Amino acid sequence: MAILVGRDTKLITIGYTGKQGTFHSLQSRDYGTQFFGGVTPGKGGTTHEGYPVFNTTHEAVNKTGANAAMIFVPPQAAADAILECVDSNIALVVCITEGIPILDMVKVRKAMMGSKSRLIGPNCPGIITPGECKIGIMPGHIHMPGKVGVISRSGTLTYEAVYQLTQREIGQSTCVGIGGDPVNGTNFIDVLELFQKDPDTEAVIMIGEIGGQAEVDAARWIQKNMTKPVVSFIAGASAPKGKRMGHAGAIISGGDDTAEAKFKILEQCGVTISRSPAELGAKMESVLNRR
Amino acid sequence: MNVHEYQAKDLMRKFGIKVLRGKVAKSISEAVDGAKSLGGNIWVVKAQIHAGGRGKAGGVKLAKSLDEVKLHAEAILGKTLVTHQTGPEGKKVQTLLIEEGCKIEHEYYVGIVLDRNKGKLSFIASAEGGVEIEKVAAETPDKIIKVTIDPASGYSPYIGRKLAFAMGMKGDVVKDAMTFFEGLYKLYVACDCTAAEINPLVVTATGEVLALDAKLNFDDNALFRHPDIEALRDMSEESKEELEAHEANLSYISLDGNIGCLVNGAGLAMGTMDIIKLHGGSPANFLDVGGGATKETVEKAFAIILRDPKVKAILVNIFGGIMKCDIIAEGIVGAARSLGIKVPLVVRLEGTNVALGKKLLSESNLQIIAADDLSDAAKKVVEATKGRR
Repeated sequence: MAILVGRDTKLITIGYTGKQGTFHSLQSRDYGTQFFGGVTPGKGGTTHEGYPVFNTTHEAVNKTGANAAMIFVPPQAAADAILECVDSNIALVVCITEGIPILDMVKVRKAMMGSKSRLIGPNCPGIITPGECKIGIMPGHIHMPGKVGVISRSGTLTYEAVYQLTQREIGQSTCVGIGGDPVNGTNFIDVLELFQKDPDTEAVIMIGEIGGQAEVDAARWIQKNMTKPVVSFIAGASAPKGKRMGHAGAIISGGDDTAEAKFKILEQCGVTISRSPAELGAKMESVLNRR
Repeated sequence: MNVHEYQAKDLMRKFGIKVLRGKVAKSISEAVDGAKSLGGNIWVVKAQIHAGGRGKAGGVKLAKSLDEVKLHAEAILGKTLVTHQTGPEGKKVQTLLIEEGCKIEHEYYVGIVLDRNKGKLSFIASAEGGVEIEKVAAETPDKIIKVTIDPASGYSPYIGRKLAFAMGMKGDVVKDAMTFFEGLYKLYVACDCTAAEINPLVVTATGEVLALDAKLNFDDNALFRHPDIEALRDMSEESKEELEAHEANLSYISLDGNIGCLVNGAGLAMGTMDIIKLHGGSPANFLDVGGGATKETVEKAFAIILRDPKVKAILVNIFGGIMKCDIIAEGIVGAARSLGIKVPLVVRLEGTNVALGKKLLSESNLQIIAADDLSDAAKKVVEATKGRR
């Protein structure tokens, strides 16, 4: 296992019987993830696509022994679903849902502190350890098992980077989408720390965006703690100030959260930067060849 | 979502925050009548637009007689104000707020923002009000006071005391300021704000603590639980294209360039704009079709892009995940038939159902410039705009 998910991961889906929940649960299962059914309140006791449905997350965890949950409930109810997972002591909670109110996430983040759960997302594609376990909506077939870790705030941009790696026959250890919201569960540093400790990871691609300080903090952390090479791209160099670029968190509000400012500090901290999203694969290839 | 100053102040009154008495006017006569009913001998005529910097642009005027109220109302109403926040096209003033005057003893700044790193709300305050807080923060960061609030315990009086004393307030003013801060925090949380800015917060000659100006932003994702706030939306203040896109579940932002972009995913949409710039071109828009787009949504996206007369070429960049390439291809073909795409169209498809998507496009006999990868796509679309300016 690379980081966070692997062959031992046992998955349930919250919001399992919905259209998206069903489709992506089965896709994850087909990729090889151990899947045990899921939760839809009111439909407990039935089966759906051959897997059991439970009324509550507690019941699902008790009966299946699941250690990971994938959340597909609508944004109005998603914070509640995360809190229920935390209360059920699920080790890994992956929230795909986009559009959760910010103040709901402020409460969730507080509740996560000191809990036994880690939250990935929300508003993210999920997490995949190629060849072992996929939790989320990413197209599995573009991935390839290997040694490069990928962390990103964006979904499709991650696919782009992964695709470039796979085309060059550079495999990935684990790819983590931390999501595009301003308040999320797991940040760049959390994942960088795991990659640094992981014997299966040799190098890391980090994809950031305009808005917030997460990339700046990550850059400083890398300089102090990271011995493995990091290649990074920041999306939004051409974005105007004060406009929310699709993702709730992608908005330039001060002077330090522009793509330019982030590229600069990453470079100062020893990170290999790629100013073009099309050159992430090539940059990683040359970094690996230099070693 | 943004609201006007007068709407923000109405909300603030409900939370016990002191503001000056005011009347909303949509015509010159309403402005004069409003001033008359407020009484007194000094008024402020304020343009109501969704942008800061109104004062410098001539949108806020002091009137010392009813004649002056009339004069200023005539000058401001219907005028297009250009401020640092409106963009060069400016914003037309359709509503005025007539407020009673007051004697200002001191101007302060107070606001609430989200501290993204901590995942908590913070008060930001300064004894220097009435100026741009970004400027104060950049030039004299030690003059910025920051107090972070734990979401579990919420507001507690010590927070207000900490702010008021750090701002240099004394005596009874401290108590009134604390009431003000508590009200502002309660409003922020109860209404799902994303930003609250009171600049300036003033202490008057009679020792009153009140909000002279007020700016509130609300979380679009939380509007489902605030129909009363949603009702305050002023459609005339929002971009027609952006609203139309929003209703079709598209995320669209108009920009200055001449290359229309149609992309799936916000990050890739930004990345596509960036790579166009790197190759010497300029994007006309940000457009994320999202993961759940249908053939119709894609057609709608084309319609919005093509309506922009600046657009000289279009780049479609799709990395199919949940979004399937054949759906995009169907949308392109549909749009070409119904709208007639007369500018060069560069298409790069990858990911889910890519073979099917490419087949649909080649069978359509449309004039499409196919691109192999992201760099190739950017090069080709920039090339296509040359000689078409």
